[in-house]
Amino acid sequence: MHNNLDKNKSQKTVQQLNEAIENRILVLDGAMGTMIQEHKLEEADYRGEQYKDWHCDIKGNNDLLAITQANIIKDIHLAYLKAGADIIETNTFNATTISMADYDMQDISKDINIAAAKLAREAADEMTLQTPDKPRFVAGVLGPTSRTASISPDVNDPGKRNVHFDELVEAYTESTLALIEGGVDLILVETIFDTLNAKAALYAVDVVFEQIGYSLPLMISGTITDASGRTLSGQTTEAFYYSMRHAKPFSIGLNCALGPDLLRQYVAELSRVSECAVSAHPNAGLPNEFGEYDMRADEMATHIEEWASAGLLNVVGGCCGSTPSHIKALVEVTTNVAPRKLPDIEIKMRLSGLEPFVH
Amino acid sequence: MSAEFSSFINVGERTNVTGSAAFKRLIMGEDYEAALDVARQQVENGAQIIDINMDEAMLDSEAAMVRFLNLIASEPDISRVPIMIDSSKWSVIEAGLKCVQGKAIVNSISLKEGIEPFVEQAKKIKRYGAATVVMAFDETGQADTQARKFEICKRSYDILVNDVGFPPEDIIFDPNIFAVATGIEEHNNYAVDFIEATRQIRQELPHCHVSGGLSNISFSFRGNNPVREAMHSVFLYYAIRAGMDMGIVNAGQLEVYDEIPLELRNAVEDVILNRSEDATDKLLELAPKYQGDGKAAAAEDLTWREQGVNKRLEHALVKGITEYIIEDTEEARLAAERPLHVIEGPLMDGMNVVGDLFGEGKMFLPQVVKSARVMKKAVAHLQPFIEAEKSGVRQSNGKIIMATVKGDVHDIGKNIVGVVLQCNNFEVVDLGVMVPAAKIIQTAIDEKADMIGLSGLITPSLDEMVQVAKEMQRLNLDLPLLIGGATTSKAHTAVKIEQNYDHPVVYVPNASRAVGVCQKLISDELRPEYAAQISAEYEKVRDQHARKTPRTKAIDFQDARTNKFTCDWDNFQPFKPSFLGVKTIDVELETLREYIDWTPFFLTWSLAGKYPRILNDEVVGEEAKSLFADANQMLDDLIANKKLSAKGRVGIFPANSQDEDILVYDPQSTDTQKVIGVAHHLRQQTHKPKGPNYCLSDFVMPLTQNRQDYMGAFAVTAGIGEDEIAKAFEDDGDDYNSIMSKAIADRLAEAFAEYLHQQVRKDLWGYAADEQLDNEQLIAEKYQGIRPAPGYAACPEHTEKQLIWDLLDVEDSIGMKLTSSYAMWPGAAVSGWYFAHPDTRYFAVAKIQQDQLKNYAQRKNWSIEEAEKWLMPNLQD
Repeated sequence: MHNNLDKNKSQKTVQQLNEAIENRILVLDGAMGTMIQEHKLEEADYRGEQYKDWHCDIKGNNDLLAITQANIIKDIHLAYLKAGADIIETNTFNATTISMADYDMQDISKDINIAAAKLAREAADEMTLQTPDKPRFVAGVLGPTSRTASISPDVNDPGKRNVHFDELVEAYTESTLALIEGGVDLILVETIFDTLNAKAALYAVDVVFEQIGYSLPLMISGTITDASGRTLSGQTTEAFYYSMRHAKPFSIGLNCALGPDLLRQYVAELSRVSECAVSAHPNAGLPNEFGEYDMRADEMATHIEEWASAGLLNVVGGCCGSTPSHIKALVEVTTNVAPRKLPDIEIKMRLSGLEPFVH
Repeated sequence: MSAEFSSFINVGERTNVTGSAAFKRLIMGEDYEAALDVARQQVENGAQIIDINMDEAMLDSEAAMVRFLNLIASEPDISRVPIMIDSSKWSVIEAGLKCVQGKAIVNSISLKEGIEPFVEQAKKIKRYGAATVVMAFDETGQADTQARKFEICKRSYDILVNDVGFPPEDIIFDPNIFAVATGIEEHNNYAVDFIEATRQIRQELPHCHVSGGLSNISFSFRGNNPVREAMHSVFLYYAIRAGMDMGIVNAGQLEVYDEIPLELRNAVEDVILNRSEDATDKLLELAPKYQGDGKAAAAEDLTWREQGVNKRLEHALVKGITEYIIEDTEEARLAAERPLHVIEGPLMDGMNVVGDLFGEGKMFLPQVVKSARVMKKAVAHLQPFIEAEKSGVRQSNGKIIMATVKGDVHDIGKNIVGVVLQCNNFEVVDLGVMVPAAKIIQTAIDEKADMIGLSGLITPSLDEMVQVAKEMQRLNLDLPLLIGGATTSKAHTAVKIEQNYDHPVVYVPNASRAVGVCQKLISDELRPEYAAQISAEYEKVRDQHARKTPRTKAIDFQDARTNKFTCDWDNFQPFKPSFLGVKTIDVELETLREYIDWTPFFLTWSLAGKYPRILNDEVVGEEAKSLFADANQMLDDLIANKKLSAKGRVGIFPANSQDEDILVYDPQSTDTQKVIGVAHHLRQQTHKPKGPNYCLSDFVMPLTQNRQDYMGAFAVTAGIGEDEIAKAFEDDGDDYNSIMSKAIADRLAEAFAEYLHQQVRKDLWGYAADEQLDNEQLIAEKYQGIRPAPGYAACPEHTEKQLIWDLLDVEDSIGMKLTSSYAMWPGAAVSGWYFAHPDTRYFAVAKIQQDQLKNYAQRKNWSIEEAEKWLMPNLQD
């Protein structure tokens, strides 16, 4: 499966990616869930032909659509690519065995990952063929899973855990292998609210890279859950970065939870401490009373334009509530802005608890 | 604070079970709430990193580490700082790394076990995203000189940075801080070696850090805190300037450099910087002057000699110093009206101080035994004068008859109890080992004893103790009976012994309890109440025992058989041993010494903790070090003067299993399958939903396969000469060395078993010819195959030893014997079976049922009663 051909191809992609990121701000795609919602799919649509007899309800299992409604997913990818996205994300946010267990579909997690990666690959390749001077990349998404390794599910028993590091490593290993088999160019560990889950993901990814004999660029994106400025598991942005940097990521960033107005200060903090590229894909504002995100594309672009000109960004995109029109606006405001320059960071031991510790 | 100090990182060390007795108590007592408070206080007091260590023999260290780290994760006041995961066991470190979301530090790895595990562990640490402490330790040992320290650190650095790709800024070297001013010349330069190695490391190995545990440096001045604090400050002053930028420092144990009196500072600097040959002597001279807290000074300090004779005797007793005891005793005798008054006066007063300190946990068992040695020497000196005067009998607290019961030869525990009782002014009549009930009882009557104490280590001894109690009842004795020894228990005493005797029967769990129990039993006032209390307590134990529902369900013997362990025998290829038959093994003690597992040795002396960490334990470390030094000195003597010797027999035989039996064939006629012995084993009979119901025979290919498998047997002793050595010490009034010699012989016998097993695996049988394990790995049983011993968990029935004796012709060839209870003589002995199947494992047979009992009786050609007698421990709940 993984031969020298894959390795060479991957090396070429890495080269293209490095060239691109030195010269411009790369643009990620926007929300997948928001776009799927537009289609108002019903139980039968989710089941498709393939799972019409499945024994439990699966409506809402968006990742499964890579198999049962492949055209819808591919069209969403194409819409983002046409809007100008350089990197599209596979529709695999919940495709680990751990999250798929909610639908009793853990056994087909691998198939979903492969199918989703292939769809994104096809879409990206079609676009690259049309505009060869602007190669498009596919990021294989590893989501946070529905469980947390460092937070107790039971307030009366703070030492309790509902998932262990080893189980996460196992699940992430399977997903990573499947995504690579499906043809992704990068791995994106995103929406990290428990850093320990992400450490398990990084561990798994490293094991897989060793196994296949080459590495893919790795994007990491955490989530600051509220205005306290910390992850759900309690880390500050800088502490979070110190827990992640051993994986030598291609980029580190923040996504989800906050709109651009509230997220800026934390992106600025990352931009100050990070030795690698910095990414941000904020939500289109905060949800309104109907649970809808209503920040318009031009409003979001105004924020991002300011961030970009302040030299905070290397990669930008959208999370919940964002659409191809948001992405198009982001492309427009960042195209002619120089990307963030990598700072000279002194070599020191950088440890962390919930807070950073540099020595 | 100077700039250098401000960049120095202090690691909090109170959450360390090997370093803090208080924290250990909390963890052992599962008081995790309070343990979290310890961590919180450290962070509140400014610790920038907290070290967490759960290395304790009696603890599931992995589970404790995981639990504590998970709890810390939900305490933001604590988890805001990075964690240092500290363990000598990699599995504990790895379990810890899986629990921390932050970037932690591993403490520690080293080249001790060679490059391969070092690289493998470093790779994993990198993958988990942690920094690491690297000890200056390699295959040949711990680095002491500057050159060695640097050489090992440089080699480690190159491997980590170049081969593993480990970030150099995440490497923290610990180049070993050792004690200076020990009186040993080679130690004088240790501080300079550390400081200069640190300088070189920081200069030549870019970005790395240097750390160390400070308190070691001043070890020889324990008890003199002002001097220790001065030493810490001076050492840090220079080490920090040389580049030491992290460390484990008790901030409360640090004098401000500038505030050290000039005279003391100069003397300390001479020692730390090794500036003059007599630096140690000068500091020793000066030290008493700065003795601030009134505690006794270091042993080298002779100021105690200036005190009055009574105080000197007390000092000698408390400190265990024999050097001046005769001259001091003589001085006291000349001053006393009668020689007996010296014993009843100053000597007993001194021993009372010892007893009190021991009771308060301020003295440890080896020290008490040393005190007893001093006492005995003093008494021996006075004895002729007392007899010449014929001035009557010395008043003791009471007289106790002590004996290891018939059939059992183990007496270390009994001897320790005897010494402790003597220290508390009890007269002890020790009848030795293998003492029949009649002799115990007759002696008690003749000696007008106040109590009888029984001891035993092997399970058949339990039954013998019941017999003694019944005899005491029959002969109308009214003396209290004390029960102790490794296999005894409160439950057994309450259920099986106490009911057979109308007078007090008390289970004594350890030596430190013996004194309290005896004092209560001897006192006319206290005894009735205590006896009633014990009796009520045992009634309750019996009651609980009767109502106890078995923890695991029993199943029928046939069902247990159906759930036996099996494997793909059809495709199993037994490894043909390169040697078949029986032979004698001679081995030098020098060789066995390398195989010693020291941890149980310390346990023998009631010092709990894993070797080698115990040597640095906050509470017992000093005593452990001194005990360890004495043990090694004795080993040197035993080896050099060939006082002790070791012999063993080993045999490897063709064999097949048939249900729970193993048919052992004549190795000379392999084709004909001539059965020369049948080993009878027992099968687990509890309900096991997950695993098989094991029996040792499961590990040997069944007869029905029509192909031969193999098994082995061995019997070794390292106790040839032990009784004579121990007796000689005992006659000299030196219980300390008497017990020591036996404890060492025991360790050597275990080491012999370990050594021989390795020879069998690598050579005689040869199925693991390529095995490469160091002693620690051997102790952790990281090899293929097992060597279960009859009388222990997997084959609990003792009479099976007879088969080993027969198969190997043990008695005639090397002189080892079996007693009537099938204890081995000499006592320092091990025997057992060898199984080589790759899936072998140790297990406990535990409780068996009547159906298996019947089956076993049939197989052994025993009556049910006889089978019940030998299987008693496995029939009870």
